Amino acid sequence: MLQIATWKRVLIWAVCAAGLWAAMPNLFYSRVEVHNDAAAAVAARGGDPTPAEAEAIARWPDLLPGTLVNLGLDLRGGAHLLAEVQLADVYAGRMDALWPEVRDALRAERAAIGSFNEGPSEPGTLRIALSNPEGMARALEIVQGMARPVVSLLGPSGNDLEVRAEGSEIIVTFSEAEQAATDERTMRQSLEIIRLRIDKVGTREPTIMRQGANRILIQVPGIGSAAELKALIGTTARLTFHPVVRTGVAGDAPGPRQIAVPASESAEIVYILEEMPVVTGNELTKALPAFDQNNRPAVEFRFNPTGARKFGDYTAANIGQPFAIVLDDEVISAPVIQSHIPGGSGIITGNFTVDGTTQLAAQLSAGALPARMEFLEERTIGPELGQDSIDAGRIAAVVSMLAVLVFMVASYGWFGVIANAALMLNIGLLFGMLSAIGATLTLPGIAGIVLTIGMAVDANVLVFERIREELKTARGPARAIELGYEKALSSIIDANLTTFLIAVILFAVGSGPVRGFSVTLGLGIFTSVFTAVFVTRLMVVTWFEWRRPKTLTV
Amino acid sequence: MRLRLVRENTSFDFFRFWRVTFGASALAVVASIVIFAVQGLNFGIDFRGGTTIRTDGAAEIDIAAWRAAIAPLGLGDVSITEVFDPGFEAGRHVAMVRVQAQEGAEATSPELIAAIETALRTIDPTLTFPAVESVGPKVSGELVTSALMAVGLSLLGVMAYIWVRFEWQFAVGAVVALIHDVVLTIGIFSLFQIRFDLAIIAALLTIIGYSINDTVVVFDRVRENLIRFKQRALTEVLNLSINDTMSRTLMTSGTTLLALVILLVLGGDVIRGFVFAMTWGIVVGTYSSVFVASQILVFLGVKRDWTKGGTAEGPSGTRFAGKDGTGA
Repeated sequence: MLQIATWKRVLIWAVCAAGLWAAMPNLFYSRVEVHNDAAAAVAARGGDPTPAEAEAIARWPDLLPGTLVNLGLDLRGGAHLLAEVQLADVYAGRMDALWPEVRDALRAERAAIGSFNEGPSEPGTLRIALSNPEGMARALEIVQGMARPVVSLLGPSGNDLEVRAEGSEIIVTFSEAEQAATDERTMRQSLEIIRLRIDKVGTREPTIMRQGANRILIQVPGIGSAAELKALIGTTARLTFHPVVRTGVAGDAPGPRQIAVPASESAEIVYILEEMPVVTGNELTKALPAFDQNNRPAVEFRFNPTGARKFGDYTAANIGQPFAIVLDDEVISAPVIQSHIPGGSGIITGNFTVDGTTQLAAQLSAGALPARMEFLEERTIGPELGQDSIDAGRIAAVVSMLAVLVFMVASYGWFGVIANAALMLNIGLLFGMLSAIGATLTLPGIAGIVLTIGMAVDANVLVFERIREELKTARGPARAIELGYEKALSSIIDANLTTFLIAVILFAVGSGPVRGFSVTLGLGIFTSVFTAVFVTRLMVVTWFEWRRPKTLTV
Repeated sequence: MRLRLVRENTSFDFFRFWRVTFGASALAVVASIVIFAVQGLNFGIDFRGGTTIRTDGAAEIDIAAWRAAIAPLGLGDVSITEVFDPGFEAGRHVAMVRVQAQEGAEATSPELIAAIETALRTIDPTLTFPAVESVGPKVSGELVTSALMAVGLSLLGVMAYIWVRFEWQFAVGAVVALIHDVVLTIGIFSLFQIRFDLAIIAALLTIIGYSINDTVVVFDRVRENLIRFKQRALTEVLNLSINDTMSRTLMTSGTTLLALVILLVLGGDVIRGFVFAMTWGIVVGTYSSVFVASQILVFLGVKRDWTKGGTAEGPSGTRFAGKDGTGA
């Protein structure tokens, strides 16, 4: 009759124990947080922990689980930005840069083409008006000849320029493949720059996430305001190339017209550089991860014509000398000039990994944000408001929990006590799952938990009410309990599946707070069904086997 | 002595006064639509763009003086509302200042926000600004679309599920009840001009989830009783089923409402609108399961012979409850 196989009993209790184990660190939130922060700081730096860090790490044993439920911005305070990257800016800039090149190429064949000039055009398009229509064929050929193949992940996919004639005008635009590749690169660079800038401030767990084709979501806990965050992101990186006088250690004094710049990998090493840069990042047009002739990871770069001239002259005169690349007052690399670099493009080799070159290329291209950003959403939440919300939510959760507990015992007696044990277990499991998946708890999320407290009893109520009914007709208490569970199951599944359906839709369509809520709601359904169908049943059966009551009052 | 919300073996006739109950629901729906048409909703910045600034200070809030201080900035539509909460200690005054979206800009510029803050500080130097939020018109438009989509999709999803698990009449009944709940919630938000933002959409969807939960429990019992009592009249079977489940319905609604009312009082003002929507929705949703969803079944009639053909799942109610004591 009321039989549950031993392995099932073991499994059910094991699941409960695992859930509670995972939830446990949340009871010691600040302690675990301090431990995690210190451990992360030490891991990032790679050295030995300072005494303060060691003390922080010792506050929570490594053997115990250390993952916590993340607190959302509305609970912790901080700033939130949704930025839209103006991708079309990049086309406009590149098209403007293309004109001098096209002009020079056409000028060389002026005899065949006749005179021409740049016509007015929308950004991202180049219009060249020819005065002599007979020159069109040749001019078209020349401009088309300037197109280069686009290399994407899927291999070559056409040329970067689309050139066509319209009346007496040649119209040049970027091809779709080139636009897609450019957009992708612009987004990556923007993300990389933003990440670099925010990492500089060293705040805890910033979220920097791409959203859709052209948006970036930035959430930084603990920062004073969205305006501060914008200023931080908006600061352009200063990228300069300097001749290296010598390398030294921290504290070395630079000579006249020289500057001391620390290396990015260690503040102990200092480069003494000439103050006047040879070229600056404003003159760099491209930097890409590549490989050198020995197949070692390297970074390939290209200057614009003026930068190329300066760079060519300097490299010709200084072969064998180190050359420092300085980003935001740090030397990120000081390669040795291997040869004269005439064409304005070159390659930086060194002790790089593939990841390293990707990052360096991004940093180099990342001199400044590649495109303007428009801010669609800005939110600042003060930490005190977040704390108020946490306090209010905690009090509400505790009080409503107590109220529900009392209510259940008053209504169902001993069975109410069992339901209450399951309810508390339920909350524990919910926190365990939230921690395990690294979910972020927001204010609506807390409301979701409180709602779960209310609704979690539903499944148990369904069962208990059914047992009550069956007691009137069934043969003995054991049969009534069995039938109660059996018959209530259909309702429990139907009712919870529909609610779960809603949670899934909320998660898929919603954003921000709605999403946070849907996660707690959805997980809450899981845990409440699990506790009602498996755990309370097991508790009831265990109790029944122990007491063997002849009659039953629910 | 056990607490009983409902006496044992109740036998209310829930359809006796159907003209009154269903009429009241119909009237409330019409009234909600009219109120909505007349005064619309007090949309938050999530849906119409603009900026809200939360202020926190020691001085009494004189809204006229605040308006006068901000007026020289020429911001267009500005609304100032004081926020009250039992959690605030005496002498603490919190307000929300909302400024419309500015021409030619997505999010409001930091300079403008700083200007507003400076202007307000001339009145109350102790003011702090614990939250500043700004949403551009572009995003707010998208948020409206995605919110409508979420509500529409959930209604469709629920309808499809019930149709598959029950019969089409049940699906119609359930969805009419859900629309009833959503419309009534929008109606009360319009009536009291409570701020309607993204979180309220989440609340609406939860109401849909809760209400359907309630309806399904009743329907499940209806299906079971239809099989047991093949000869009885439909209203009789419906009445029996609602009476059977009444105790459970009130217990669950009771505990959930208990939790929500406590949250409403103690949960702080930031989520009050959200919790209010949920509380209201649960009252309305519980009512509609009985007086709307089941009433629709009475109107539409249902197939009485569940034994052959029609449903593919065999005798209903046994689908998830096998003889082997499903589950554990």
